[in-house]
Amino acid sequence: MAGLGGRAVAVRQPLARNPGLNLLVNLTLREVRAQYKRTVLGRIWSLVNPLATLAIYAVVFGFLFRAEPPVGRNSGLHSFVLWMACGLIPWMFLSNAIVQGMGALQANSGLLTKVYFPRHVLVTATVLGLATTFLTELTVLMAVLIFAGDWRVLLYLPVLLVIVLLNVAFALGIALALSIAVAYFTDVQHLWGLVNQVWFYMSGILFPITIIAAGQQAIDRRGWPIPLLAVFEGNPAYQFNEAYRAVLYDAAFPSASTWLSILVWTVGALLVGALIFRRFEARVVEEL
Amino acid sequence: MSGLSAIEVKGVSKTFRIYRDRNRSLKATILSGRRGRYEDFYALRDVTLDIPAGKTFGLLGNNGSGKSTLLKCIAQILKPNSGSITHRGRMAAMLEVGSGFHPELSGRENVYLNGAILGMSKAEVDRKFDSIVDFSGVEQFIDQPVKNYSSGMYVRLGFSVSIHVEPDILLVDEVLAVGDMSFQEKCAAKFAELRRDGRTVVVVSHAIEQMRTFCDEAAWLRHGELMAAGKARDIINDYADQAHNVQQPHQGVHEVAPPKEAPEVPSEDQTRGRFGSGEATIDRIELLNPGGRDVRQVRTGETLTIRMHFTCHQSISDPVFTFSIEHDSGFVVWGHNTLQSDLEPSGVALGPGSIDLVIPSLPLRPGAFTLGAGISADRNARTVDTLPRAVTFAVATGQPLESVGVTVMHSRFENLVSGGR
Repeated sequence: MAGLGGRAVAVRQPLARNPGLNLLVNLTLREVRAQYKRTVLGRIWSLVNPLATLAIYAVVFGFLFRAEPPVGRNSGLHSFVLWMACGLIPWMFLSNAIVQGMGALQANSGLLTKVYFPRHVLVTATVLGLATTFLTELTVLMAVLIFAGDWRVLLYLPVLLVIVLLNVAFALGIALALSIAVAYFTDVQHLWGLVNQVWFYMSGILFPITIIAAGQQAIDRRGWPIPLLAVFEGNPAYQFNEAYRAVLYDAAFPSASTWLSILVWTVGALLVGALIFRRFEARVVEEL
Repeated sequence: MSGLSAIEVKGVSKTFRIYRDRNRSLKATILSGRRGRYEDFYALRDVTLDIPAGKTFGLLGNNGSGKSTLLKCIAQILKPNSGSITHRGRMAAMLEVGSGFHPELSGRENVYLNGAILGMSKAEVDRKFDSIVDFSGVEQFIDQPVKNYSSGMYVRLGFSVSIHVEPDILLVDEVLAVGDMSFQEKCAAKFAELRRDGRTVVVVSHAIEQMRTFCDEAAWLRHGELMAAGKARDIINDYADQAHNVQQPHQGVHEVAPPKEAPEVPSEDQTRGRFGSGEATIDRIELLNPGGRDVRQVRTGETLTIRMHFTCHQSISDPVFTFSIEHDSGFVVWGHNTLQSDLEPSGVALGPGSIDLVIPSLPLRPGAFTLGAGISADRNARTVDTLPRAVTFAVATGQPLESVGVTVMHSRFENLVSGGR
């Protein structure tokens, strides 16, 4: 009997690490596997959706509005569709990860009230599940880019993966914080829908920042104190967008300021998200 | 009792907020400047409890007594407001089997998923997979999505995963009654195995009779406070008396003499635990020996007639009369009711009445026994009057004379073969 205490310590160490990771893997697999079950096209749906969105924007902005895409620095690409895809696909991941991540606790309330496990795993698994879809989309995009432009985009694959990693962490931080907010106030979810739309147009996905710079000049001439350009440039989604486009569209290294910005935003979001989650996770079960 | 406890609960209180008008919207919260008015409701109040290692421990209490809250606090699902709970060893909770199953995924995928939720590593599930599937009895369907499972299969698979976690401490909430008879027997065997292996099991249940045979020790909670803790038999008896007395005051508007004032049931002891709706009351129980005398001591092998005298105050339909005999140790030796007999009355008329049960040759060995009696209505759907301990009686030595135990079997030895011939 005296050995029981000692055994508990010995047993708990490997258990604490291994099953936690195992749980994360299994829940992520659940998200991925269950997502397109009972559909005829199955996983192809995860590509159909972004493709359709891409096609709509390409027709409206590229063809009807005749938006002028920049020329890729190293790749020499000059295509509005590809330029937009390099921003839109990462944006769709970010937006979906936050929306679904923040609803993860509510979606699994049955589980939360019956079993104990680290609660953050539910949010993390949702974000990671979407990240796998995102990686598939990126792979297809890379193939198209190589075909349409330059193979050298492959050289930047490691850089791309670092950016994806930061992007996932950033999305996770925000999803963690918002998942708590949603548990306490259901209408945060609806409010976020609004924020999300504004954010989309603030991230320069459909038009290059030169348009905003021109807009800023017009504002300045009238003497209005609206720092439109500064807000744009401070926007983390815009900075991630810049990073993705540098690597994918330009086949170039993102600028130092972009790196600094996304790094600071990621660390900040993750820190705040984790702190809020830790502070409130114990009581969240009662609120659901 | 070994001194070591598996779980130590020290001064634990848990409150829930009961909102009178809860603001779940931001607008309302901002306008009123707060998240709604609420009162704190104490689900647990300063509970201190040691659950010894290697025992099966029952938590008893009425609905809303806080027993499930306590179990959830132990399982770390809820966080107490004050106090601490510590436990030694790996813990797994079976608060709802199959929670976390995804209906679209196959049984196989769900076993791995559920195993991970319960804290098993992949290697561990790999190792136990065959045993899990075997125990659940759903081999044929293991690669089908679980949404196609019958509810029984679903629960069996969930239970099987839970029980294969092989924790040092297992927390169980009302899930003992799952599956069909043969699966329940398997479960009982598995719990017995857990106990043999020196694992601690904490059970919350309403099934008192099951708890009686199942638990070594128990605690009884009422309105969030610990009433008593100790040997299961004592605690369960106390709890059963209290619980039934709480139900007792259910009497209609019709004029019925309360059972306690019924003329010929004077003893306080005999009415302990009495409950029922009261359309009819049991007045008196007679144990008639072969000579027709009402006695409290009978002999093994004698013919015994048990006669229940009752008064019917309001007509009842499809009545069922029940007798049971409990051994001094608390073990129910036998029970029988008219529903399973040749005599199935469709009703009883107003006024006094009686019914006999004849035991041709009493198969009990010497010892002390308690007779319970009851009347229920509508084919056992509703209890009219029940006296769980109506009469205590002694069995004295008679014929046949067998060696030990509770019953005699009219057995005989024969055909001794020795020396090879």
